[in-house]
Amino acid sequence: MTPEKKVLLEVKNLKVYFKVKTKNRLPWQAKKKLKAVDDVSFSIYEGETLGVVGESGCGKTSLARSLIGLNPISSGEVIWKGKNIAKFSSKEWFLLRSEIQYVFQDPFASLDPRYTVGEIIAEPLTVHEPGKSQAYYREQVLTIMQKVGLTEKMINRYPHEFSGGQAQRIGIARALILRPKLLICDEPVSALDVSIQAQVINLLQDLQKEFGLTIIFIAHNLSVVKHISNHVMVMYLGKIMEYADKYSLYHMPQHPYTQALLASIPEPDPVVEKSKKAVLLEGDLPSPINPPTGCVFRTRCPIASAECAEIIPALENTNVGAAHQVACIKV
Amino acid sequence: MFKFNQQANSESLYLQVYSRFVKNKVALVCLFILALLVLLVVMAPWFSPYRYDETNFGLSQVAPNLHNWFGTDSLGRDLFTRTMVGGRTTFLIAFIATLVSVFLGTIYGSIAGYVGGWLDSLMMRIVDILYSLPFLFFAILLVTFFGRNFILIFVAIGAVSWLDMSRVVRGQTMSLKHKIFIEAAQISGLSQIKIIAKHIIPNLIGIVAVYTTLTVPTVIVISAFLSFLGLGVQEPMTSWGLLISDGAANLTSWWLVLFPGLFLVLTLLCFNFVGNGLRDALDPREHR
Amino acid sequence: MATLLEVNNLTIDFTTRNGTIHAVDSASFILQEGQTLGIVGESGSGKSQTVGAIMGLLPNNATVSGSVKFQGQELLGLDAKAMNKIRGDRICMIFQDPMSSLNPYLTIERQMTEVLCLHKGMSRKDAKIESIKMLDAVKIPEAKQRINYYPHEFSGGMRQRVMIAMALLCRPKLLIADEPTTALDVTVQAQILNLLAEIKQEFHMAMILITHDMGVVAGSCDYVEVMYAGKLVENAPVEALFATPKHPYTQGLLGAIPKLNDNLEKLITIPGELPNALHPHAGCPFADRCSKVMDICRTQMPGSTSEGPDRSVKCWLYHSGEVA
Repeated sequence: MTPEKKVLLEVKNLKVYFKVKTKNRLPWQAKKKLKAVDDVSFSIYEGETLGVVGESGCGKTSLARSLIGLNPISSGEVIWKGKNIAKFSSKEWFLLRSEIQYVFQDPFASLDPRYTVGEIIAEPLTVHEPGKSQAYYREQVLTIMQKVGLTEKMINRYPHEFSGGQAQRIGIARALILRPKLLICDEPVSALDVSIQAQVINLLQDLQKEFGLTIIFIAHNLSVVKHISNHVMVMYLGKIMEYADKYSLYHMPQHPYTQALLASIPEPDPVVEKSKKAVLLEGDLPSPINPPTGCVFRTRCPIASAECAEIIPALENTNVGAAHQVACIKV
Repeated sequence: MFKFNQQANSESLYLQVYSRFVKNKVALVCLFILALLVLLVVMAPWFSPYRYDETNFGLSQVAPNLHNWFGTDSLGRDLFTRTMVGGRTTFLIAFIATLVSVFLGTIYGSIAGYVGGWLDSLMMRIVDILYSLPFLFFAILLVTFFGRNFILIFVAIGAVSWLDMSRVVRGQTMSLKHKIFIEAAQISGLSQIKIIAKHIIPNLIGIVAVYTTLTVPTVIVISAFLSFLGLGVQEPMTSWGLLISDGAANLTSWWLVLFPGLFLVLTLLCFNFVGNGLRDALDPREHR
Repeated sequence: MATLLEVNNLTIDFTTRNGTIHAVDSASFILQEGQTLGIVGESGSGKSQTVGAIMGLLPNNATVSGSVKFQGQELLGLDAKAMNKIRGDRICMIFQDPMSSLNPYLTIERQMTEVLCLHKGMSRKDAKIESIKMLDAVKIPEAKQRINYYPHEFSGGMRQRVMIAMALLCRPKLLIADEPTTALDVTVQAQILNLLAEIKQEFHMAMILITHDMGVVAGSCDYVEVMYAGKLVENAPVEALFATPKHPYTQGLLGAIPKLNDNLEKLITIPGELPNALHPHAGCPFADRCSKVMDICRTQMPGSTSEGPDRSVKCWLYHSGEVA
């Protein structure tokens, strides 16, 4: 019997809505809202990696940003160590920074071009452990740099002198210098070349083992998260479509959207590709300001029926795998 | 383990900007001219045989010659010496007033821009009100109430010149605050003040530097205007503005307007070129 | 099948204030009519510059040498007027970001009819009818109404279709697609690639598809050229390339891609960084990162070795000793 894994972060009914300015709105008409994240619930277990996948507009980035405090949470709970961080004061957030950290998509944009690598990586440490000696900071910075594969020489250089892959390593080093428990990575390899992506993904896996990290890995492509994830969550228009452990999701996808996503990914194998039956999703992504009623995927779903417009499917357990959940009334 | 594919020597952004700036010949020449002018106005009066306030009614309104290189004015005072001394005043006023306006404008604008919301609206409405005050009216009010006082010239100039800077800084701050590295600083736990001080203001230096060099000519012109009105610099002390206004009353003695005028125009031109050069050197499109 | 495009020893250099960038070095390949050629490479490989030279769209600081023959006619050195006749008419190009290649101030109708009026001398009325037909062909719903929309009123995938429609107006013989689906979601990418395949069949077009995505290459291309640091290091028919990649870079690239159907715990990586275009060193540009590197690799660039019908590779592992 496998020991019960500890839940590190629990998200309950999370909603992240944005106000939208509408033209010609009369004062008594309701304000339109952009439902970036719409009633999302899931748990993350300690030491594991959760892959969050979806296409543009699915809400994965809004979700990540709300977990780190960059986006305000409209309603719902995010439970960390028994406390609801959705209601945290700025003081509590400050203390939380040494426990939850973030890696951005664009490696260069996340580094202030006016500071050296050493200063950038040291910054979180100087804020949370002020008053220590220069030697202490330097030593901590060098330690983490070595762990992410940067050399000592680089400590006095500026971000623009580096390549994309190296810049991302700097970002990862900065995120890890406080030894957080949870690392949220927002599309950390999307902006990198293919041969470099693999390096960074492998690096994250190694760091996870070494530091006992829990990782939320956000990507727009199911193939990217495959190696690093334990569980995978598929999002569409602010809602979770499917959640399962890795093996289950990739081999027995239940939700029609997941199936379409998997089928759409071009495989680097011409024989497979040329014999593939095209499972094309028709149409375009609906607007998150006016999502379809009922199941948000029904406008593009190959198996949708009339009832799909009336019921919002809840994320329910299936009997396919242990933790396999799907939001579809047809499954 | 990993091989660099960059240049061998580390180049800070400032170094890059500097090297780009010196490649702009016009801007570089203008910078030298300005440095020379400052040197000249500081040192020349020490070597002049005349004092700036030394009157000599026998030599009134004499054209330029070997004894008086720039000629003399209606009171027989040597124009060269007066031009140099006037330059000291002009540069001093320009320097101090610009410093105040940059300091005030940057801090005001960056706070308004970063904090946003009602504070930003309030602060910018104050700027709008001050902006709409007719300057002439304001200056005359000051003279009426406080008489002719050298300090007032700084108040008057200060009240006006920081407004532009604050608007520019606010605009730049607002675009900076959405940058990812600012969010990264927030996630690292920095307070708002620390973010403004460590990340916003250093990234504003570029635009502030450019606008400073463009503020200086404005300040000089304003101070000349104020002197023309009788506010600020008092006789026998002079500034270029005063010299020009005095000279304008005696246009037959063309040298009285020409020489201070030339110096003023040259200075303004040089500041503009240096400002342009700085702006080009800082242009992000030139970056990688 | 007739030869449509013949590129020989194409070399492109850019003079910048920091030195000379050797973007492309002696690229040679042949494209047959109706064939789809995939040019694969990462940043700095020179793939975009190669097609830029074919289209005559390189900036002023570029020095181009070699030969590019389209239907027997030499394109390099052609004057602007002659090149304008060919561009948009017989060779068309679509880009990664449709928003930046569509004029945001003009309706789609204006932009499309302009192409037809210019190249085919059509009247505005006839051009509009033809444009609507083309929008239907790329599956834009309600084309008759939507032709009057502005670019920003379309979604990303739709805009890409509009751009394809514009490119096809003159029934070009060659369509160059520079990373046409990189900015699109994976499901939309599948739609667009499917569309391109159908269009190609229907219009008997040849296509050059530039991409960094080996999956796209596998599904859409007949023939593949692999570029690294400005050099064409391997070319082969698509099945052969994936089945038996010869060049260590190709092998590394295929190993580094996460695939849905493998059971690896970790990805196989290519160590090191992409080379600096300003300071290339002698020999093979991949030498620093190659697991099979030999001494000669660091000093001399290998020439091309034939490795079977229609395939060749530039690597000392397969070379008898001649220099490029």
